[in-house]
Amino acid sequence: MAKHETPLLDQLESGPWPSFVSDLKQEAEARAKNERNIEYQIPVDAVDDLLGVLELSFKHGRTHWKHGGIVGVFGYGGGVIGRYCDQPDNFPGVAHFHTMRVNHPAGKYYTTEYLKQLCDLWDFRGSGITNMHGSTGDIIFLGTTTPQLEEIFYELTHNLNQDLGGSGSNLRTPSDCIGSSRCEWACFDTQAICHFMTKEFQDELHRPAFPYKFKFKFDGCPNCCVASIARADISFIGTWRDDIRIDQDAVQGYIAGDYPPNGGAHADGNWGAFDINKEVVNICPTGCMSMQDGKLEIDNKECTRCMHCINVMPRALRPGTDTGLSMLVGAKAPILDGAQMGSLLVPFVEVNPDNDYEAIIEVIEALWDWWMEEGKNRERLGELIKRQGFQKMLDMTGIKPMPQHVQEPRTNPYIFWKEDEVPGGFNADITEFRKHHLR
Amino acid sequence: MDIEAARETILTTLKKKSKSKSKFYLKDFYKMIPDEKPRAVKNVVNKMVQDELLEYWSSGSTTLIGLKGMGKQAHAEDED
Repeated sequence: MAKHETPLLDQLESGPWPSFVSDLKQEAEARAKNERNIEYQIPVDAVDDLLGVLELSFKHGRTHWKHGGIVGVFGYGGGVIGRYCDQPDNFPGVAHFHTMRVNHPAGKYYTTEYLKQLCDLWDFRGSGITNMHGSTGDIIFLGTTTPQLEEIFYELTHNLNQDLGGSGSNLRTPSDCIGSSRCEWACFDTQAICHFMTKEFQDELHRPAFPYKFKFKFDGCPNCCVASIARADISFIGTWRDDIRIDQDAVQGYIAGDYPPNGGAHADGNWGAFDINKEVVNICPTGCMSMQDGKLEIDNKECTRCMHCINVMPRALRPGTDTGLSMLVGAKAPILDGAQMGSLLVPFVEVNPDNDYEAIIEVIEALWDWWMEEGKNRERLGELIKRQGFQKMLDMTGIKPMPQHVQEPRTNPYIFWKEDEVPGGFNADITEFRKHHLR
Repeated sequence: MDIEAARETILTTLKKKSKSKSKFYLKDFYKMIPDEKPRAVKNVVNKMVQDELLEYWSSGSTTLIGLKGMGKQAHAEDED
């Protein structure tokens, strides 16, 4: 018998998809039965009360959670988010219901044993409810009380070899795709650099350092499986400088129907025979592909690395071998200003673990210095770029303007000459000029 | 930078403002020590939190910093 009547939540279970309400009910029931005799350190009915307060919020059309708090673990300014219910008498199980963000392993690789250990810890000292994973990538532990925080932190750091993630005005937990561990398109070892940056910037990750949140995300190729281009203040996206590798025999194999396009991902629909012109060549966004005498040709200097042709014909086409990454800056979700995609800042940089990614760190630190100095409170890097201009960012990072920075040539040029860059400055003698150039 | 002097300036400024405001953005601290780079001021502030002179308040997305124990929340949530 449920502790609270939840007719509005019950309705959410009626759709065709798995429902978080069903999950919560299952957890509430398991806690009540306690078949494993766990010595629960927070109220056993926390999940019942969570369902109850959510039902009340649906009924009232407003939240019953208070905003933020002072709780944390000693020495850290992130990783714990205070959450309190404003109806503690009706829902005592969630009166204090803090969130913990735990740094996920690079590539989100776990053993089942490790996942069991995480869940056991959270059943014992928390609500048992997790979010695998939050949008930043962290393992999210939802709901515990203040006295449990240090205990959980100790267990994570001493026995589970794991740390808290970032929150607040910190560097957020860096996240990455699975990279070269499973993916042949990865242009750099995403897990290695993600792990390195997590360790390199421990202070920024655990203590507030910035005007607002700051996110790094590492995508091994332009397919952008962690969507860094849409949500990271600096997105690191794998790319290559040489030509797409073509196996012309395999191209013929696709044309003949020997290989299913897209690795068979669309094989369940009746799409008819594969048509290389219709499905690849004619829809190349830069028009850099053509079929000449039955051979596929690519004008590589025009390619913008959209990955479509490689995705459709993975046996025939592969990224080049001179690989590195592009750095894009300023992507964000629409909290204060509108959503922004990343803007290309560094078209190609080597990924060199042997010199501790020196070339990449140099750009990161220059951007941080500018943003820490000039960024307003709660202003993301992308908003600062918009407010002060892309050119200002180039000045601050010492990066020279280049054609790749221009999205649409001759429409809205934003790179301006400064007086000291023009021979003779801006005070040219107009009479002298007119002697040689008629009006 | 004279770290002791910087810590003292921060404490004095926060105490002076404590009637009207209990929590501050990190950027507000830069203004208290205008001759230093933001990164240096950030390190002083974070050390003061470790030394339990200041404390963080986090909404989850933004962090504010104030004198330890100041403001309503600690008492209201039984965290003091």
